[in-house]
Amino acid sequence: MRQSNIYIILYSAAITVVCGGLLAFASTSLKDKQDANIALEQKKNILSSVLTLNEGENIDEIYAKQVKGFVIDYDGNVKEGKKPEEVIIAVEYKKSPKDRLLPIYEFRNDSGKVAYAVMPVYGYGLWNNIWGYIAVKSDFNTVQGVKFQHAGETPGLGARIESEEVQERFKGKSIFDNGSLTSIVMQKGEGHDYAKDIHKVDGMSGATLTAKGVNNMLKDYLACYEKYLKKNAGAKQQSS
Amino acid sequence: MSTEAAVVEEVKEKKAEPLFSKKNKKLISNPLDIDNPVTVQILGVCSALAVTTQMKPAFVMSLGLTIVTACSNVAISALRNTIPSRIRIIVQLAIVSLWVILVDQILKAYVYDVSKQLSVFVGLIITNCIVMGRLEAFAMGNKPWPAFLDGMGNGLGYGMILMILAFIRELFGAGSLFGFKVFASLGLPYQGNGLLLLPAGACILLGSIIWIQRSLNGYRESH
Repeated sequence: MRQSNIYIILYSAAITVVCGGLLAFASTSLKDKQDANIALEQKKNILSSVLTLNEGENIDEIYAKQVKGFVIDYDGNVKEGKKPEEVIIAVEYKKSPKDRLLPIYEFRNDSGKVAYAVMPVYGYGLWNNIWGYIAVKSDFNTVQGVKFQHAGETPGLGARIESEEVQERFKGKSIFDNGSLTSIVMQKGEGHDYAKDIHKVDGMSGATLTAKGVNNMLKDYLACYEKYLKKNAGAKQQSS
Repeated sequence: MSTEAAVVEEVKEKKAEPLFSKKNKKLISNPLDIDNPVTVQILGVCSALAVTTQMKPAFVMSLGLTIVTACSNVAISALRNTIPSRIRIIVQLAIVSLWVILVDQILKAYVYDVSKQLSVFVGLIITNCIVMGRLEAFAMGNKPWPAFLDGMGNGLGYGMILMILAFIRELFGAGSLFGFKVFASLGLPYQGNGLLLLPAGACILLGSIIWIQRSLNGYRESH
């Protein structure tokens, strides 16, 4: 009886239905909580690219008070009616740069002036996708901070882009060189001093290809944001 | 009538094995020592190297594996007389996956940061040889209660090794325990040993633990 084909087919069908039902139930009942976690994580990443978050700070509160997000297109015009939280960067990345929807998160100080602009970036490392945020100061040129994450870079080598030590190296670097987009290039080899060179950062030993991915990612996305950055930098110069 | 019933009950009680008989206690204690899944059977080494840089993920991983092993053991043991032997591995896998995905979903909902650190390794409990090994070797032939104890025992045995590894790696690699800066709070300057934080350092450390434990309990590989 236990070996008959019918029994086996029915048994496997029953197991599938029971397991599938339980999982579907768990997934739907936990979804709200998981989505909230993912949203909070995004806010945390945006904020930590411009300031140091201390343990126990109310991220939602700071975010709601100081960050204003909107979506622009390649020409730097604001796309009305689009929410930055709803733009999936991974999907936009696959489109040609000119068609991408580009979220911007402006961090405003207490008087309401834009202190930093945070831009999401997305690219491909050595093994898998890499993504993150780059924040520029109110001159829309100097880097305030970066935040990188990855899906599958080699632990201890390329995965170091996630570490603060590597991300620190981007602070204070410049994107533009006399008005033309130069981006920031991570060099090959580690332990060199690029303090004087505002477009170069020290590399990661053993992870040159991941660094290349980071460079491409920055170049690709900063080109998308170029018009927005220039517009704001120009407006600032005129007003001052 | 009533006295007779009482007598019958007494006899029954004597016949039934106590919940924590000597045999059952061994199911818990053996995997902690002479039958440890990691150091004696060398199972689950991959995750033992990967999640032990800090105590917190190691602890959650141990907890996750213990729950998965114990629950799947009980489920398979309860179903053992109905499972057709030709598809038993698939049924076992389905049950293990069920528990693993449940654990993963719960981690994502309640301890998101830990779940991110553990990344693929929670999912990989499915292929962890400890779980499948216990199902095939124990749960298929024993009642649910002993199977539960066996699952707990093996989960704890795995967890014990993970915690030892994570303790040494976090304390001497990063100078902290559960994120608490031990050396700094004592006012001692401490430069973390980076090797311990790398998988290679964990491999050397695990090798040493295996060596120490085997020389203590006298286990030899049979040829």
